[in-house]
Amino acid sequence: MTDAALPRPRAGLRFERWAPALLLVVALLLYVLIAVGTGQSRYLTWDNLISVLGRSIALGLTAIGQTFAILVASIDLSVASLISATAVLASVVMNGDPAMILPASIAVLALGAIVGLVNGVLVAKLEINPLIATLGMSLVIQGCLSAFVSNFAGSVPVEFQYFAYGTLFGLPFSLIFMILLALAAWFILRLTRFGSDVYSVGGNREAARLAGIKTARVVIGAHLICSLCAAIAGLYLASRLRSGAPWIGADGVYDLESIAVVVIGGTVLAGGRGGIWGTMAGVMIFSLIDSIFNIAGVDAFAKQVLRGIIIVAAVAFYAVRSRRLVA
Amino acid sequence: MSENALPHEPARPRRALPQINPVYFVLAALIVAIIVQNPAFVEPTGYMNFLKRAAPLAILAAGQLYVIVSGGFDLSVGSLITLVVVGSSMLTNNDPNATWWVIAVMFGIGLGVGLINGLVVCYLKVPSLIATLGMMITLNGLALMWSGGAPRGYLPDSFRFFGRFNFTDLPVIRILPVAIIVLVVAGFVLYWFMHRTNFGRLLHAIGDNPRAARLAGVPVNRVRISAFVVSSLSAVVAGILLGGFAGVSTDVGLGYELQAITATVLGGAQLLGGRGSVPAAIAGALTLMAIFTLLNFLGLPQPVRQVVQGLILILAVAATVYRQRRAGR
Repeated sequence: MTDAALPRPRAGLRFERWAPALLLVVALLLYVLIAVGTGQSRYLTWDNLISVLGRSIALGLTAIGQTFAILVASIDLSVASLISATAVLASVVMNGDPAMILPASIAVLALGAIVGLVNGVLVAKLEINPLIATLGMSLVIQGCLSAFVSNFAGSVPVEFQYFAYGTLFGLPFSLIFMILLALAAWFILRLTRFGSDVYSVGGNREAARLAGIKTARVVIGAHLICSLCAAIAGLYLASRLRSGAPWIGADGVYDLESIAVVVIGGTVLAGGRGGIWGTMAGVMIFSLIDSIFNIAGVDAFAKQVLRGIIIVAAVAFYAVRSRRLVA
Repeated sequence: MSENALPHEPARPRRALPQINPVYFVLAALIVAIIVQNPAFVEPTGYMNFLKRAAPLAILAAGQLYVIVSGGFDLSVGSLITLVVVGSSMLTNNDPNATWWVIAVMFGIGLGVGLINGLVVCYLKVPSLIATLGMMITLNGLALMWSGGAPRGYLPDSFRFFGRFNFTDLPVIRILPVAIIVLVVAGFVLYWFMHRTNFGRLLHAIGDNPRAARLAGVPVNRVRISAFVVSSLSAVVAGILLGGFAGVSTDVGLGYELQAITATVLGGAQLLGGRGSVPAAIAGALTLMAIFTLLNFLGLPQPVRQVVQGLILILAVAATVYRQRRAGR
C-alpha cells in the first residue's frame, strides 16, 4: 500500500482519460455487429444514429448539470422531481399561449435557481450530507407538486414544440442545443476560474479552502448549475410531451440514471476528476445500449437485468485499475 | 469522530450529563403525540401492531448500518426484499411443506447477493453507490423475469407465520406477534456483533479511516464483504416478514433502501462511515414509522407526508451535524 503515495504512472492517467471513448467505440461496434448480424442494416443510417441520440436529450441535459455536482464531490438526487416540477410549471404557465413562452421559461429557470441555491446552501453551509440533503429536497418538491397536480396539466403552444421537434441544418434543434450546452460546460470547466475551483474543491475541499478558495460559493455554484440544467431538461420534456405531468421525472429515473451516466463517463464519484466529454460519451453509450437491446429484441425484463450488470461492468472497467480505496 | 466508536472510552469527569442520542427523545415525543391522537395506542394491540409493522424496516436499518459504518451504501436491499417475496411465492407454489427449504434458499440468495456486492466493491473497486445501484436494477429485473411480470400464487400460511402470526392469551401483554420476537432476536444479534465483538470495532475502524485501518493490519476487504453480507441477510429477514403481511407483488420492497438509510441517519449514524449504533438505528426506524403513523392519524394526504418526510430528513442530519460541531467533534 506504500506505493500508493508515489506519483501514478502517466499511462494510468491516460487510460482513465480515454476509457469512456474506448467504451463508446465498443458500444458502437457492438451496435453495428448486431445490426449486421441480424440483417437489419436499415438501422445503420446516419438518420438512425441521430434519432438514437435524440432519444436521450433529457438525460444528456440533466447529466451535464450532474457532472458539476459530482465534480465538487457532491451529488444531486433532486433532479428527477425538479424535472417534473419544471415541466408542469412550464406547461401550466404557457397554457397554449405563445406569448407566455418567455415568462414561462423565466419562471422555470427561477425555480431551478431557487432549488439549486437551497441545495447548495444545505450542502455547503449546513454541511448536510449531499445525498440526504438532495433526497429530502426531492421529497419536498415531489410532495408540493403532487399536492397541486395529479395529471397532465396545461399545454405547450406549437411554437414551443420547436425545442423538441424542430430541425436546424438537418439536425434536431434539441441535439444542437445539448451540444452547445456541453460546449458551454466545457468552457466553464476548462477555461474559467470557477471551473478550476470546481476541480480543486472536489479534489480536496480542505486544501482548496486553505488555498484561499471560497469553497462554499463553489459548491453552491455547482448545485446552481446542476439544478438549472435539470430545469432546462424539464422545459425540453414539456416541449416533447406537449404537456407536463408530475411523474415524468420519476418515470425516467433521471436522478439515478444521470449519476450512472456521469460515472460511466469517467467522472469519479469522490469528486475532482472527470469532465464533460466523458459524460457525453456516457449518454451516447446508454442510448446505444438501449438501441442494441431493441434491435436484438431482448425481452424487457432481461433488458433490465443486463442494464444493471452493464452499469457495474462499465464502471469496473476503469475503476479496477485504481489503487485507491473506494467507499 | 472516532471517539464514540470505542465502547470503552474513559469517562470525562467534567461532563456530568450522559450523552443520550436525541433520537430516543424524538421517538418518545412522537409516541406521546400518537397516544394523544389515538388513546387506543396504549393498548397492547395498538403498540404491538405498530411494532409488528415497523419490524421489517427496523431489521433492515440495523443491517444497513453495518454497510454505512464501514463507509458505503447498500441500495440493493429494497429489490432484494422484492426478490425474496416474489421468489418465495414462486418456489413454495402453495405447498405449505416447502417453507423451510424455501427460506434456506432465500438466505442462500441473500448470501450470494451480499458476497457479489462486497466483491464488486472490494476487488473491482466500483463505488458501493454504483455497485449496489446496479444490483438493485438487476435484482428488480430478475424478480420480474422470475414471475413473468405478474406474480401469481400466494404464500402458504406456514411461510406467513413469521410476519403475520400473533401469540394470543398471554399475561400482561396479551398478544405477541412473531415478527416482534424476530425483531428482538435479530436486533440483539446485530447489536452484539456491532458493539461487543472485534468485528464491530474493525468495521468502525475501516469506516473512520480505511487507509489507517489497512496499515494497522485490518483485513479491510474481508470485513467489508462481511458488512454487505450482513446487510443482504437482514434484507432477507425483512423480506420474509413483509411476505407475511404484505401481498405478493413486484413492488413490495420499493423505497425500502432509502427508508433504511433514512432510519440509520435519524439514529445518528454518520454517512461515509465510522460512527453508528444498532439500537439507535432501530430507534430511527421506529421514529420513521411513528412519523408515518402520526401523519396518517392526522389524516394528511400523501403529498403532505412526502414533504414532511423530506423536511424531517434534512432537519435530522442538520441537527446531527450541529451536535457534532458543538461537541468539537
